[in-house]
Amino acid sequence: MFGYYLELAVRSLRRSPGLTALMMLTIGFGVAASMTMYAVVRGLSADPIPWKSSQLFVPQIDSWGPGDRFHDEPPDALDYTDAMALMRQHRATRQSAIYAISPSAMPNSSSRNRSPIALDGYAVYGEFFPMLDVPFHYGHGWSDDDDANQLPVVVIGDRLNRQIFGGGNSVGRTIDIDNRDYRIVGVMRDWNPQPRFFDVKGGYYSIDGPDVFLPFQHSVAIHMINAGWDGCRKGTPDPQGDFVELQHSDCVWIAYMAELGDAAAVRRYRQYLDDYASDQQKAGHFRWAPNNRLRDLPAFLDVEHLVPGNIRVSQLVAIGLLIVCLVNTMGLLLAKFLRRSGEIGIRRALGASRAAIHAQFLIEAGVIGIGGGVLGLLLTGVGVLCMGQVLSSAYANRAHVDTSLLMLTLLTAVISTLLAGMYPTLRASRVPPAWHLKAP
Amino acid sequence: MTVHPILAALRRHKVAVLLIGLQIALTLAIVANATFIIGQHIQRMNRPTGADEKDLIRVLQQWPAAPAGNDAASIEQLDALQRTDLAALRSLPDVQDAAASTSIPLLGGYTTGDIALHANQQGIAVHAAYYYGDQYLRPTLGLRLIAGRDFEANEIRHGRARADSPVIIVSQPVAAALFPNGNALGQTVYQDGKPSTIVGIVEQLQTPMRSDSTWAYNSVLEPLRSDDAYAGYVVRARPGREQAALREARKALFAVNPMRLMPEPWAGVHAFSEIRARAYRSDRGMVLLMSVISVILLCVTAAGIVGLTSFWVGQRTRQIGVRRALGARRLDILHYFQLENLLIAGGGSAVGALFALGLNTWLMTHVEMTRLPLPWVALGVLVMLVLGQLAVLVPARRASRVPPVVATRSV
Repeated sequence: MFGYYLELAVRSLRRSPGLTALMMLTIGFGVAASMTMYAVVRGLSADPIPWKSSQLFVPQIDSWGPGDRFHDEPPDALDYTDAMALMRQHRATRQSAIYAISPSAMPNSSSRNRSPIALDGYAVYGEFFPMLDVPFHYGHGWSDDDDANQLPVVVIGDRLNRQIFGGGNSVGRTIDIDNRDYRIVGVMRDWNPQPRFFDVKGGYYSIDGPDVFLPFQHSVAIHMINAGWDGCRKGTPDPQGDFVELQHSDCVWIAYMAELGDAAAVRRYRQYLDDYASDQQKAGHFRWAPNNRLRDLPAFLDVEHLVPGNIRVSQLVAIGLLIVCLVNTMGLLLAKFLRRSGEIGIRRALGASRAAIHAQFLIEAGVIGIGGGVLGLLLTGVGVLCMGQVLSSAYANRAHVDTSLLMLTLLTAVISTLLAGMYPTLRASRVPPAWHLKAP
Repeated sequence: MTVHPILAALRRHKVAVLLIGLQIALTLAIVANATFIIGQHIQRMNRPTGADEKDLIRVLQQWPAAPAGNDAASIEQLDALQRTDLAALRSLPDVQDAAASTSIPLLGGYTTGDIALHANQQGIAVHAAYYYGDQYLRPTLGLRLIAGRDFEANEIRHGRARADSPVIIVSQPVAAALFPNGNALGQTVYQDGKPSTIVGIVEQLQTPMRSDSTWAYNSVLEPLRSDDAYAGYVVRARPGREQAALREARKALFAVNPMRLMPEPWAGVHAFSEIRARAYRSDRGMVLLMSVISVILLCVTAAGIVGLTSFWVGQRTRQIGVRRALGARRLDILHYFQLENLLIAGGGSAVGALFALGLNTWLMTHVEMTRLPLPWVALGVLVMLVLGQLAVLVPARRASRVPPVVATRSV
């Protein structure tokens, strides 16, 4: 029976090619628009470290007080004093204070570059690498002792390794960063999680991964300036290039990440943060009650709203387009099916059951859905490719076409067309038998 | 022609009427908001910066291994590098003027502070962005000085950027906010508590910030060459020599001192037109996206009206024939379908206007959006009615051509 209905459907669709094309185009455009925007949003809101994100936590301490709160939230980064206190007391399984740096790889006799290379990097603690499962080609991160002794060690990225040494195992070699010699302890694989969740405020989307990681305490000691964001409370001047003053200010500029294994550990850490803030209150540093946050990474990224408002509006509008397209298809299917009341009446008179009519027209709707879906696939592909024209490349790059997206596109098209076809099919199956055989 | 028979006929197609009405309503709701968003982005893109953007060039760079200390030697070393650069730039044949400048409108990076009338920051205070630069900054940017004077050479200090200059030039909105009576010139104000005298007022200068804000034109020029790991200059090319000046500037800077970094895209030597294009890239993208979606929506809805009306015309061929046989003119039949569409589109757009306002309210609470003005919605209703009339024209004309003889034929 299925084959026969399919044949009927195709014959019916062929009889009015204009209407068929219109319905398929409508479905195709509607599905492609929402799937393209879905691909972008999916790419941007994907968990950058899914296997571990539930154990990674971002502590926020209210060092500014009620006057500078926005929606009662404490600042979303730490100042130097608090970050160093948390590092010293070392209460999580692993933890690292982090700040962005932009030193230069200077040319010297052992390197290939003849001019300085601008580096994109971070000052971190040794626990950063195992905590975030940073993948290494060669070597590994540095130890807690290296941190404490402020040794000039460095972890470099794969791209920088190729640029300076032409690739290969460079562990043990020396690299000149800002006119200082650093011993390479690890060479990372290509590592570029999106967004760069370990940067302040949940990071940002970038094309290339970081080039270097230097020990935090060493970087502070040699005054390697903060190249990332900093925020100061209202009425206090931003120290800007003055790194020493930045350390003494209550401006926030340090990202902090803690690994906590289970719910009990999270509870204990939360208590610890509140105790810390209470101590600060007792000591007179904070003149307000503790107002801390300890969110896991997905929750923190969610709060930081990394998906731009423009993209969310676009997604909404695209879904609206799909709904209009479905309403449109529903109207057209209704018209098309009821136009064939005569045919239905004859079929019913010849013994076809309501269920048979139902099945026949649902299959016809399904064929339109598949046609629209195939068109939608092509248009989604075009849409994702064209995103580069609409969004900046760091965002547009996040959208990609994969099997699951293709399946979802096809499925959305077929299911939504079937949904739109439900009522028209019902109406068609209610056409009384031989209605049209009567003399007019 | 009376509306009554039309309503009677429509009552027989409740669901189809409801569907087309709903489609018109949703289309209106989305297109009204989408076009409003387009309008907002175009408005943003057309904001003036206050600078004379033609032939303006921006240089931004990083000194590798810059001394980070605050000691005089480090500061002097950084300042010497800048002064050498500026002298080299000013001597180029296609360069008219060059100045030190930490930032430039639309660049994105900026520092801000509060300018108050009192040292303790009580009373009126204005939030503003700081531009640190030398005496050539105002003329190089091409800002219009509407009161007072430029900085003098002996007023230019140098060092780490800090908003504590004894003299400043402010933009007109800052002057007007602090001194509503218009007597800002020569007055003393406090920048984060530090006293400073307003010696000049420029008509307009946008902050480097790209997003909208209430203080987007609150700018302050600080007479200080910022000595930092990053150094920025603005260069004015001789009229029409922008491309030549771009090439010369790049070459001259690397000739003077090859040890400098210009990591793209944020640093480098760029024409201002390029900085403008980059700053408004996402706005242009939104305009493009919203336009495409709006056009598709309008086409789909118009096609839907054509399709459904065609169906009705086909279904009513006999009735049309009967009416024609009873003396209805072709024009009457045409008007019948036009009026029918006007009723449906009118009902749909009335609901759509409410949807549009509802969607706008939702967008206002969930993402940044301003209130949709009512005339805009009214215009949307008008557009939908016209769209409906245009779409119905094709099937309605076909209906009007049904000959009266059809009435005598059996189906």
